[in-house]
Amino acid sequence: MASLNVLILVCLGYVVLLFGVAFAADRLAAAGRSTWLRSPLIYTLSLSIYCTAWTFYGAVGYAARSGLEFVTIYLGPTLVMIGWWWGLRKLVRIGRSQRVTSIADLISSRYGKSNTLAICVTILAVIGVTPYIALQLQSITLSFSIFAEADPGSHYYEGASVFWVAAGLAVFAILFGTRNLDANERHHGVVTAVALEAVVKLVALLAVGIFVVWGVAGGVGPTLDRIDASEIGQWQVDRGRWATITFLSAAAFVCLPRMFQVMVVENDDERHLRTAAWAFPLYLLLMSLFVVPIAVVGLDLLPKGANPDLFVLTVPLSQGQDGLAMLSFLGGFSSATSMVIVAAMALSTMVSNHIVIPIWLSSKGRGAVVSGDVRSVVLYARRVSIAVIMALGYFYYRLSGGGAALASIGLIAFAGIAQILPALVGGLFWRGATRIGALAGLTVGFVLWVYTLLLPGIGGEVMPQSVLDHGPFGWGWLRPQALFDIAGLDPMVHAVMWSLSLNMAAFCIASVLSFPRPLERLQGAQFVNVFEHSAGPRGWSGSAAQSEDLMIMSQRILGAREAQEFFRAQTVEQGGRGGLPEPTPVFLERLERELGGSVGAAAAHAMIGQIVGGSSVSVEDLLAVADESAQLLEYSSRLEAKSSELSQTALKLREANTKLTQISLQKDAFLSQVSHELRTPMTSIRAFSEILRDTEGLGLEEQVRYSTIIHDEALRLTRLLDDLLDLSVLESGQVNLNRARGDLGDVLERSISTALAGWSNPLIVKRHFSNERIVLYSDLDRLGQVFINLIANAQKYCDAPDPELTITVHDVWGQIMVDFVDNGSGIPSDAQSMIFEKFARVSAEKAGGAGLGLAICKEIMQRLGGDVSYLSGKEGAAFRVRLPKEERAAM
Amino acid sequence: MNRRVLLIEDEPNITEAIRFLLTRDGWQVVTHADGSDAVEVISNENPDLVILDLMLPGKSGMEILRELRELEGMEKLPVLMLTARGQSRDREMAEKAGVSRFMTKPFSNAEVLTAVRDLHAQATQL
Repeated sequence: MASLNVLILVCLGYVVLLFGVAFAADRLAAAGRSTWLRSPLIYTLSLSIYCTAWTFYGAVGYAARSGLEFVTIYLGPTLVMIGWWWGLRKLVRIGRSQRVTSIADLISSRYGKSNTLAICVTILAVIGVTPYIALQLQSITLSFSIFAEADPGSHYYEGASVFWVAAGLAVFAILFGTRNLDANERHHGVVTAVALEAVVKLVALLAVGIFVVWGVAGGVGPTLDRIDASEIGQWQVDRGRWATITFLSAAAFVCLPRMFQVMVVENDDERHLRTAAWAFPLYLLLMSLFVVPIAVVGLDLLPKGANPDLFVLTVPLSQGQDGLAMLSFLGGFSSATSMVIVAAMALSTMVSNHIVIPIWLSSKGRGAVVSGDVRSVVLYARRVSIAVIMALGYFYYRLSGGGAALASIGLIAFAGIAQILPALVGGLFWRGATRIGALAGLTVGFVLWVYTLLLPGIGGEVMPQSVLDHGPFGWGWLRPQALFDIAGLDPMVHAVMWSLSLNMAAFCIASVLSFPRPLERLQGAQFVNVFEHSAGPRGWSGSAAQSEDLMIMSQRILGAREAQEFFRAQTVEQGGRGGLPEPTPVFLERLERELGGSVGAAAAHAMIGQIVGGSSVSVEDLLAVADESAQLLEYSSRLEAKSSELSQTALKLREANTKLTQISLQKDAFLSQVSHELRTPMTSIRAFSEILRDTEGLGLEEQVRYSTIIHDEALRLTRLLDDLLDLSVLESGQVNLNRARGDLGDVLERSISTALAGWSNPLIVKRHFSNERIVLYSDLDRLGQVFINLIANAQKYCDAPDPELTITVHDVWGQIMVDFVDNGSGIPSDAQSMIFEKFARVSAEKAGGAGLGLAICKEIMQRLGGDVSYLSGKEGAAFRVRLPKEERAAM
Repeated sequence: MNRRVLLIEDEPNITEAIRFLLTRDGWQVVTHADGSDAVEVISNENPDLVILDLMLPGKSGMEILRELRELEGMEKLPVLMLTARGQSRDREMAEKAGVSRFMTKPFSNAEVLTAVRDLHAQATQL
């Protein structure tokens, strides 16, 4: 019988060995002589932390209880390694190119570096992994207790041993796991120690298996006979459970933080996966080879009621093989410790990076980042996190009492961790996956997992039996193990089905419905198209043909002149000629920076990448980025439009103001003109009437003469008032036109006789009567008024010795024009433009008018829809009256 | 004493009325109806007093007044300005230009006579 003391000594010795190996590996790595450390073999062996104490001890127990179902635990990872090798390669490539530190970091990074998401994944991982750590502690304690039972002389305190084991593991993880800050500086020491442990557990299990088959059962044949005879051979395969558990273990293999740690973060070379793809399944095969024989033999050999989870230990012990049992114990110990160490490291990275550090930073404010103590804070946070995680595992173990079967806790944890799968796989392969989608999926999956699996699985105190049987508040359709009344399923299958399917549904629906932010979009492209991305994360190389494209693009962003100047300067610097430099990496980097100043670094990088090579970002992404810039541009152009609108309004206002000022000036001028025209006759009238009144002895002749003046001036006043009223009525547009049918010739006839009446020497009017036979439909009186005015003007102003007026009627395509041309000297060209203005007088001579006649003519013709204008180029004064087309009545 | 007044006015009826009034008051009345050569006419005639219409063909009364005041010996010549325009700005401008008296048409005959007598009295006292 091996004494407990010896066991503890061996155990301590083994731990010291692990420390030594880890320390040596770290030293070697630091010295740069670590080539063998980076072999694919070490990588493959480190993956074996998948096989924890749960698989080491539990697989046999699982087989003893449920037959071949334990195979599923190995089947899942095997399928992933062989069938999804390319997916893992993608994961590793992304992890390396994005410098990912954990699975939480990967998810957060993929979905636009969302820390919310990272926190969710971290919490999920902590909740999922803590029971698992407790499980490892339990297995170590159980194995200790086996030896303690076998050694009656020893004093073994279970609680104390668990505490020391947990503390020791924490120290190990802290020492070798938090040595370096950068996750990309791999933990060679830990990985090497883990690889060593992988060898130990394989050797141990194989040794026990060989002993059982050849030492106890007596060879392969008898062993097979025993298996056939035992209950294991008769167990039915539950297809639902098989599929579910295979899937779960596959998902866990990818999603478990510790697996991610060794598979992605600690990966030195992508090509190692190629080896691991066949070597790791082989390892799993060897690990599972003797599970059934050990279980069968254990069931045969040991008394009923013996814990099958510990057959690996108890079978050798029962046969007196203390050495073998010791080896077996070391195998189990290795399984447990390697898992706990790596899991604690992975979790601590997540906890410190996504929870502790953000809180610390926000509590410290901005200044903290500048000061140099960040590094030590991060390391400190990781160490504390490791201790806390270990403590959580320890307390979970103490509180749960360690009674439940190992396998069931492991599966529950698997199902929890598997909730990350949709967000992870969706993020790798679906560009449309968004942060909101990932959050929704994770939340839904997590809640359902807790409700349907975790709470019912933990035990009666947390979830009362009544809820399990009848649902919360008696709602039967919400029974945790029969959601929506789908009963009769295995609880595990039920929980996984609901949580993962609703998780995926929420993920997809929310992703489709939500709109990714630009960073998410860019990261999504980087992730999904990681293989198309150029090998180096930075550093461009291009061909000459691309220079032109770069030029075109730069012109669009920088503006033609700036871009040309930049390109020319770069060409000169390169010693070349012309405007296009060679697209050397230096040039491209400068261009990127130049563009970055305009469109932002990410967009600039994407744009250059689009042209030069690495098409990691598609045109769609560019368009999306451009959309956002376009929104900004639109906004600014709207502002521009507003401001130009404003300046236009201001211009209009100025114009209006100028117009108003002009009108006001015109009005003033008009008023003073009117005043002048009214006051002048009034002055004569007043002066002469006073003379008539006050002058005694005024002669009769003078009396007559003065009263005639008064009379004439009074008439002049009346005419002026008439004209003013006429004009104001015409200008206000309130004039009523009395249209009637009439003959143009008749209107002219009447106008001539009226205009010339009273003149002692009337001018001679020349007419072409044949042309005047046109029937009009118009306001004939108003038209006549215009004619009278023009004829009277000719009479008054024609300076020819024998004044003549020629009236001609033209009919051009139905357009009737009446010209009045006299034989005088005409109106000087500089005055022609103003004769239609009010109070315009060409000559200084008084002709009795106030200068309103032509203004009135113009107003009248405009009211009638025609026009009156001065015809320059004729010998004498020449006016043309244009009648509107409609004025000619249908015959 | 032969008092001479130069009347520069383009309205023949008003010219006739003022000539009638002032002749009866013992003035020798010289008339002129055009603005363009009015300044020369004034300096040639060298009257005791000028009655100047504001709105004249050729040159406005305001310009004539300004040019007149520039001439030597014409600074103190009494000038009575008449206007038919009803704008107060004209009065201000005329006073700036050195008008002796400003009067708006229509006026009463008595007003004109009084103004002419006053202006002449002031001029001769000085």
